[in-house]
Amino acid sequence: MTSGVLNLVLKRLAIAVVTLLIVLFAVFFATSMLPGDTASILLGQAATPEAVAGLRDAMHLNDPAILRFLRWLLGLLHGDLGTSYANEMPVAALIGGRFVNTMKLAGITTLLSVPLALTLGITAAMLRGSLYDRTVTIVSIGVISVPEFMVATLAVLLFAVYLKWLPALSSVNEAHSLTDLVRIYAMPVITLTFVISAQMIRMTRAAVIETLSTPYVEMALLKGASRSRMVLRHALPNALGPIVNAVALSLSYLVGGVIIVETIFNYPGIAKLMVDAVATRDLPLIQSCAMIFCLGYLFLITVADIIAIMSNPRLR
Amino acid sequence: MTIARAASSRRSFLGHSYSLVGVVAALVILAWTLIAIFAPYIIPHSIGDIVDDDYFGPMRQGLWLGSDYLGRDMLSRVLMGARYTVGISLAAVSIACFSGVMLGMIAAVTGGWLDTCLSRFLDAMNSIPSKLFGLVVVAAVGSSIPALILTLAVIYIPGAYRFARALAVNINTMDFMTVARVRGESIAYLIGSEILPNIIRPVLADFGLRFVFIVLLLSGLSFLGLGLQPPLADWGALVRENIGALPFAAPAVIVPSLAIASLTISVNLLIDNLPQKIRDRDA
Repeated sequence: MTSGVLNLVLKRLAIAVVTLLIVLFAVFFATSMLPGDTASILLGQAATPEAVAGLRDAMHLNDPAILRFLRWLLGLLHGDLGTSYANEMPVAALIGGRFVNTMKLAGITTLLSVPLALTLGITAAMLRGSLYDRTVTIVSIGVISVPEFMVATLAVLLFAVYLKWLPALSSVNEAHSLTDLVRIYAMPVITLTFVISAQMIRMTRAAVIETLSTPYVEMALLKGASRSRMVLRHALPNALGPIVNAVALSLSYLVGGVIIVETIFNYPGIAKLMVDAVATRDLPLIQSCAMIFCLGYLFLITVADIIAIMSNPRLR
Repeated sequence: MTIARAASSRRSFLGHSYSLVGVVAALVILAWTLIAIFAPYIIPHSIGDIVDDDYFGPMRQGLWLGSDYLGRDMLSRVLMGARYTVGISLAAVSIACFSGVMLGMIAAVTGGWLDTCLSRFLDAMNSIPSKLFGLVVVAAVGSSIPALILTLAVIYIPGAYRFARALAVNINTMDFMTVARVRGESIAYLIGSEILPNIIRPVLADFGLRFVFIVLLLSGLSFLGLGLQPPLADWGALVRENIGALPFAAPAVIVPSLAIASLTISVNLLIDNLPQKIRDRDA
């Protein structure tokens, strides 16, 4: 009985691994298409052709691409991310602290947006068609339809320019007290919460509405159960799987969101690091950052799929 | 009550009923399309001319939307920006949907290993976050207009493929498909004359949604400084170059954002308010 679910989950995990390999391959090849010869960029204009040729040899740049890909993959398995071209530091050292910063940002956003979005989504579905429901729906469609940087600029205009509550830029190093910390994280977290919650509200609302239209909920209505009992006791337990699925899927929007938010607020996370690396064409750094983002994204959508499988009682 | 409200907010026209919101949204889209086509003839100032002594100037007569960070006319720049944002996005979405739908129909009709390989590969492409994909590819191939169009198209092919394949697989099981196969029709005939006419309406709705995604991604890339390069400027780039106006809340930074929002929200609303018959996948 459970072996069916186990099989499906294992199959999903296998697909995730294959996908990961294809994604790593794509990232590697996209970055190796960068124009310009890495060796001559590193050595500068004054380099002799012999020195360039020597460095190319030393860096294995003359090997076929597939060999370089395998070597890179092997390095990854050993935890060796390579060395940054721009400042000769190990990529792992560059990423370390910044990764923690980004995870903090993502973590705080998750803690804030999940309860908020679930409450709004479920109540909107309960009061379907009311003014409240329509307001929530229109605002969330609005937020989804505009670029993230516009949400960020509007937040800056509102909180920093008109209300003067918060600073427009954040710099993590200046945090000395709790109020400093709140002031630093407030703007990026508010922006990200808006972006993530909008998706989550829409999906949650849809999931609950779908359950509310099932025959057993109608039965509960006919036997005279109150509206809140109908939703909380009859519909919600069955909508839980789709809702958790919606949460995991929405969190994958964090990946796109942090890239914009870290740039606009000058927040020292890995997304900012990556955008800067793209500007300086720092190949190993781009590869590693892209890989981390893809891993996170793949993890979240795989979790969402597995939850969808597990929550379907017909498969259990 | 619902029926009464629906009747009051819908108008009947050419046999279909249209909602007021849908009509307004369609008009906004039409307006931006016309502006994109005729922008060079209607802009009051050349986009490179410095016409204001002050930077981030307010709205006033002659400079209806104020001036930008160099004192250039913002109205002209936004109108010309429409050209790049709408033009590049439209070109990219056309390529993405055409390739995706063709591949999807072929995969559904032929089935077998071609279908499996194509689906697996495109699903894997789909699990690269779009903004990240854009960043990496733009870093690799640069941000000339053709490169941007191709990058954006490639990013959204997997989604178009998945959508079209799912629709085409349903049609593929119909009796008329079996009949056509028995008649010995070619694949080109099957997808062109049997499948396409049956999925074209949902595919067009999907085209609109994907257009919105592409506008958002292009604006996002340009905002990061990795999209269109100066002196050309689309709406995302206009926000980027005038971001210094934020503390003064000058129109220079607000207007391009509003332009993007008006276009994307209109397309979303138009699709949401299309007559049921056109919008539904199983229509």
